[in-house]
Amino acid sequence: MSPLIEIAVEHHLGQFKLDANFTSNGRLTALFGRSGSGKTSLVNVIGGLIRPARGRVLVDGEVLVDTRHGVFVPKHRRRIGYVFQEARLFPHLTVRQNLLFGRWFAPREGRDSIAFETVLDLLGIGHLLERRPAGLSGGEKQRIAIGRALLANPRLLLMDEPLASLDEARKAEILPYIERLRDEIGIPIVYVSHSVAEVARLATTLVVVDQGAIKACGPTAEVMSRLDVAGLSGAAEAGSILEAEIVNHDTEYHLTSLRTQAGLLQVSRSALPIGGHVRVRILASDVLISLTLPTGVSALNILPGTIAEIGRTRGGAAIELVIDCNGASLLARLTAKSVAALALRHGSQVYAVIKSVSVETS
Amino acid sequence: MSDWLSPEEWTAVRLSLIVATTAMFASLPLGLGVAFLLARGRFWGKSLLDAAVHLPLIMPPVVTGYLLLIGFGRRGPIGQFLYDYFGIVLSFRWTGAVLAAAVMGFPLMVRAIRLSIEAVDRKLEDAAGTLGASPAWVFLVVTLPLCLPGIVVGMILCFAKAMGEFGATITFVSNIPGETQTLPSAIYTFTQVPGGEAGATRLTLISIAISVAALFASEWMARFVGRRIAVE
Repeated sequence: MSPLIEIAVEHHLGQFKLDANFTSNGRLTALFGRSGSGKTSLVNVIGGLIRPARGRVLVDGEVLVDTRHGVFVPKHRRRIGYVFQEARLFPHLTVRQNLLFGRWFAPREGRDSIAFETVLDLLGIGHLLERRPAGLSGGEKQRIAIGRALLANPRLLLMDEPLASLDEARKAEILPYIERLRDEIGIPIVYVSHSVAEVARLATTLVVVDQGAIKACGPTAEVMSRLDVAGLSGAAEAGSILEAEIVNHDTEYHLTSLRTQAGLLQVSRSALPIGGHVRVRILASDVLISLTLPTGVSALNILPGTIAEIGRTRGGAAIELVIDCNGASLLARLTAKSVAALALRHGSQVYAVIKSVSVETS
Repeated sequence: MSDWLSPEEWTAVRLSLIVATTAMFASLPLGLGVAFLLARGRFWGKSLLDAAVHLPLIMPPVVTGYLLLIGFGRRGPIGQFLYDYFGIVLSFRWTGAVLAAAVMGFPLMVRAIRLSIEAVDRKLEDAAGTLGASPAWVFLVVTLPLCLPGIVVGMILCFAKAMGEFGATITFVSNIPGETQTLPSAIYTFTQVPGGEAGATRLTLISIAISVAALFASEWMARFVGRRIAVE
């Protein structure tokens, strides 16, 4: 089967050069990178808003752009939904008319593949139908923009930092809707973000973009714990992601045990049922390293592993390392001095002492 | 109305309204097209087109009228063509008065519409495109409704200019009662004959009334349309 998205393009925008190629099959592919790295240009190429100078774009096996054969499918024939950073609702139409705008132009067959009511329920916007965009809050506008894109019956949904213009409370309001979108509606999503937290929570496939080129592409947990990617996400946010299953709840201490590939983890009591799947994120700065199994420490989560990779200092005292814990990668940040003092090198047997674990998926 | 105005005066008022309304509606499609070209087009000779559209605004109206006479008169190149192939005669007919009024009002209409097209957010048009609307549909259901206030203003300006047009009209189609004698020409005629002050005053008052009514109408329509498309 051909991959869902296959891109190899070259394009110049003033001084900026975009030279990117990647393929993805993920339910939610995150394009991650600093602002100005070319993420938005890349989704604009997929959506047909930018005509690349050279290259190919395939979605779902269909050639949308092939400069060598002069193929360029215009944006209105691509059936690719686009949720922009600002909602871009039509000010002269009501919410209902905005939502139904794309349905009008959608091909007759498959027009009702997503029912209007389903979208209203999914996004919680049923009570806004007769309003006009001018009177809505930022979060409401963005939900309607998502609904509008969905109802055009797209085969792929592009979301360009849909939360960037919202405050923290509004972000928290919309994130669960995007998760439901990813899990309940069968439309693959390409999601642009510069926030590690959003990516860690939402992405199944992670594509890292830096200065117009693709630095890494693969399953989120795998890409996240790569050292070169850790450098891009910034010191405060670097960390690793583990997929976990809830195995039991401890009522006495209000803890929940999670089984991950790296070993058992204990976190504060989760509301999810036993057997539920969650994703946990462990910041590199929350991991200590010990050469022997430490005793008399307060940390609950201590995992054995071997040093898989040692990074280089980036001017400061800190060094990032990758610890292989039973096949799962765990990122840790130590000072160069500690690395020298412990004589850490590739293959050293260590224990990772984890100070805190955050559960990302609710 | 008819016992207050003489039949000739009444004819002039009616003719003026017909000429101005026809000029306004007839120039609207072309005005929209040219405004769109000037606002969005990128082509060689764009500033030339811009200058040509604005020429009637800068030139003395009599010059415009004379140029129309040369071009559209019975023996003028365009006038002859229109007569030979379509049987249309413009010179010394009310249709010629419409042409003169339309040419004079055209730059005002284009200016207003062009500004409103330039003010439309291109991002909304992109969004409509990703929702499956072809460029023609995007223009019809997004661009056009969003620049409606500008179109209304442009139409009213064109109408007002057409109502008051004198120099080009009298030069091109003369001052024939019942055929080309519009309000300004009629007022001018009254001022040229002894004892015409009463008639001139009556027509002047009517002129003022029509202008004020048009102004109010445009204000009301612009507000009505503007409220419907209050931008986010």
